[in-house]
Amino acid sequence: MPEIRASGIRKQYGDIVALNGVDLTIHDGEYLSIVGPSGCGKTSLIKSIAGVVHPDAGEIFIDEKNVTPLPIEDRGIGYVFQEIALFPHMNVYDNVSYGLMIRGSSPPEREGPVEEMLHMMNLDDYVALYPKELSGGAKQKTAISRALTSGSTLLLLDEPLGALDLKVRTVLRYELRRLVKDLGLTAIHVTHDQEEALSISDRIVVMKAGKIVEVGTPEQLYMKPKELFTAKFLGEANFIGGEVTNVEDSDLTLNVNNSEILARCDLVPSLGANEACVLAIRPEFIDIYRKPQEENSIRCEVAEASFVGDSMRYTVKLGNGVTLLVKIPISGFEPSLEIGDEAYLSLPIENLLVFRVPEDGMEKALSLE
Amino acid sequence: MPALRLLNVTKRFGEVKALDDLTFDVKDREYVCILGSTGSGKTTLLRTIAGIIKPDEGEVFIDSVNAGGIAAEDRNAVYVPQTYALFPHMTVLENVAFGPLAKHISRTAAEEVAKNVLRLVRLDKRADAYPNELSGGMQQRVALARGLASGARLLLLDEPLGALDVRLRLELRTELRRIAKESGLTVIHVTHDQEEAMTIGDRILVLRRGRLQQYGTPYHVYNRPEKIFVANFVGNTNFLEAIVETRTREGSTLTLREGLRIRVLDSSFEPDEAVIVAIREEKTQVTPEPTGEEPNRLSGEIVEVHFLGSHIRYVIKLSNGDEIAARVPLKEARTELKHGDWVSVSFDPVNSHVYEYPMLGLQGELEAN
Repeated sequence: MPEIRASGIRKQYGDIVALNGVDLTIHDGEYLSIVGPSGCGKTSLIKSIAGVVHPDAGEIFIDEKNVTPLPIEDRGIGYVFQEIALFPHMNVYDNVSYGLMIRGSSPPEREGPVEEMLHMMNLDDYVALYPKELSGGAKQKTAISRALTSGSTLLLLDEPLGALDLKVRTVLRYELRRLVKDLGLTAIHVTHDQEEALSISDRIVVMKAGKIVEVGTPEQLYMKPKELFTAKFLGEANFIGGEVTNVEDSDLTLNVNNSEILARCDLVPSLGANEACVLAIRPEFIDIYRKPQEENSIRCEVAEASFVGDSMRYTVKLGNGVTLLVKIPISGFEPSLEIGDEAYLSLPIENLLVFRVPEDGMEKALSLE
Repeated sequence: MPALRLLNVTKRFGEVKALDDLTFDVKDREYVCILGSTGSGKTTLLRTIAGIIKPDEGEVFIDSVNAGGIAAEDRNAVYVPQTYALFPHMTVLENVAFGPLAKHISRTAAEEVAKNVLRLVRLDKRADAYPNELSGGMQQRVALARGLASGARLLLLDEPLGALDVRLRLELRTELRRIAKESGLTVIHVTHDQEEAMTIGDRILVLRRGRLQQYGTPYHVYNRPEKIFVANFVGNTNFLEAIVETRTREGSTLTLREGLRIRVLDSSFEPDEAVIVAIREEKTQVTPEPTGEEPNRLSGEIVEVHFLGSHIRYVIKLSNGDEIAARVPLKEARTELKHGDWVSVSFDPVNSHVYEYPMLGLQGELEAN
C-alpha cells in the first residue's frame, strides 16, 4: 500500500509544455483519478509516475524512495494501457500468469495467485479462451489481472476503459473500484470521462494546460468547486454574469439580468458592492415553473426541449439573449414545457456558485485548451 | 415518400451476418440515429446505404429509386467516415471545395459552395486555416462541411462525434441537429452513445448483431423497450428473475427468488412461466423506512453508494440476495443513507416491464453484445 509523491514535475516536448510544475501526493490505499481535456498533461503525469516518460525536472517518490532514475520494471507497479495489449497466441490463463513466469516462478507456484486473481475478476470461465475470442470488456479485465498478479500494490490505469463501449465501461468501472478496495491497492486512474472519475474516486485531480487546477473529493469538486474551470469540466454548468448590489457578510444580493438574486459567497476576500461576478449553476439544480417564484426567480422562454430518458433537457432564453441549460427529472406527473412557453427559473441559493470575474476573461478560463 | 427504404437487406462476411434481413424506412428530412455496440453492424449498414458495400440480399431505395445499380458517387447520399481524413496541405476552404471541384464545376462556383457550408458549420472565419491549426471539434466540423458540400440530400454520419472530448461532443450534438434541420437534410447518424441518440434523433433504430431490435422515437424506445437488450442498452435498468404466480386482466403477481412477491401491470405470461422483470434505476425508490402505502415494497442493505454528480446511485442487496440499483437526483437524495444501511426499496407497477426468460439466461443475455 504505497504512498506516491510527485514534486515539481516538468516535461516539455519541443515547444509544448506538457507538465508545468506539478506537485501531488497520492495517499496510501487511495483511488485517485486525474481528469482534464485532451492535451492537459494527464497522460504525461501518469507516465512520469510509471517511469515510461522521464521528466525534465522534478522527482517521483514511492514510499519516500526516490524512484526518478528507475525504469518502469523496477518501480514495482502494475500498469494498464488504453490500448489493450494481450499476447494473441496465449490464452487468458497464460496471459495473466505471464508476469510471474518471467520473474521465474514455477507453474505450481503461479497457480494460486493466478487463479485467485481470475476468480476476483470473474474470469474463471474464460481461462482457456484466446484474446480474439473475448469481448472488449473481458480483454481489459484480463489485462488488469495480468498487471496485478505480479504482486504490485500500485496500479496505474491510463484510460483503462477508453476503448470500450459505454455500457461495458459503466459496469467495469465499479468492478475496478471494488477490486482496488478489496485488494487494498493504491490506484491512479487517468480518464477523460468525468462521470467515471466522479463515481469511483476517493479524490480527483483536475488538470489544464500542464498544471493542476484543483484537487478534492468528488463531492467537493462537484458541489463547491473553487475554480471556474472545475465547475465547467466536471458535470455540466451554466455561467451567467452578474453584479453585486449589496453585501452582508457572506450574503450577497446580485443583479442578474435585471432580476434580484440572493447568493452566498465563500470567497476570501469577499466581493464588494458594484463588483462584477460570475454565477455558476448546474442544470439539474435549477427548477422551472410556469409562475414566478418568490425567491431567485428569473423569467425565461423555452427555446429547445429534448427528452433524454430519465429527464427533460431544456434550453431557455433569458431576456438579454443569455441561454441556460436546465435538466428536470421526469417524475411522470407534470406535463413537460414546450418550445416557446414562458417560464420562470428558480435558482436555489445553496446551489449557486459565485466566482470572481477571471482576469484573463471568461473564454480563457473556461477554454478546454 | 420515404427518403430511404431498405427491404430485407442481408450482408455476410464469411459466416457472420453483419446485416440480417433489415427492413425499414426513413422519412424525408428525418434525423435517424442507429444505435448499437461495437460489431452490431452499424458501419456496414451505412456503407451499404452509401453504395460502398453491396448487400448479398435485399434492396436499398433512395428517393424511391432502387439504388442497386447506382454507383456510390452517383447516389444522392454522402458517407462521412468516423476518421475525418482532411488533406493536411490544403486550407479549410480548399478541403471543403475539393468535392465540388472534382465534379468539374468552376473554382469560383466550388468556393462559393464551400463558403456557404462553412458558414453553416460556423467556420467561415477559419476558411484559410490548415487542419493542424484547428481543434478536434473544428476538424470534425470541416469533415461535416465536406459532406454537406457534396450537395447530397442524404447524409450518412459514422460516429461523427466519436473522436471528440466529452465536452465538445455535448456542444456539437445540438449543432449537428440544427444544421440538418436548417438545410432540410435527411440524416442517418451512427453512434454507440444512447444519450447522444436520444438527444438528436427524431427516431432511433437499435441494432444488435445486424438485426433490428426496435425502431421508434426516443420516448418510445425509452419507455416501451420491446426487448431486454433495448432496456439494457438504453438507460440504466435493473433486471430480476421471476416466476409468474397468478395473473388477471389487470396484471400479474410475480415471485422473485426466495418467495418475494411483486405486482406488475403486464398480463401476457402464463402462471409458472419464468420471466425477467425490468425496472429503471431512476424509477426505483429508496427510503430509510417503509413509508406505508408504496406498492412493491422490498427491503435490503445498501452495499454500494456511487456519487455520479447529478445523481447518487445506491446498490441494494435485497433479502433474497438479488441486487437492485436506485438512481436518485442529487437534490432529492437523502444524504443520510450510507453503506450498510438497511432500507426499503419500492417501485410502481406502471414502471416495470416483463420479458420472456432468455435462452442464454439473464446474465448471458446481458453480456452478449
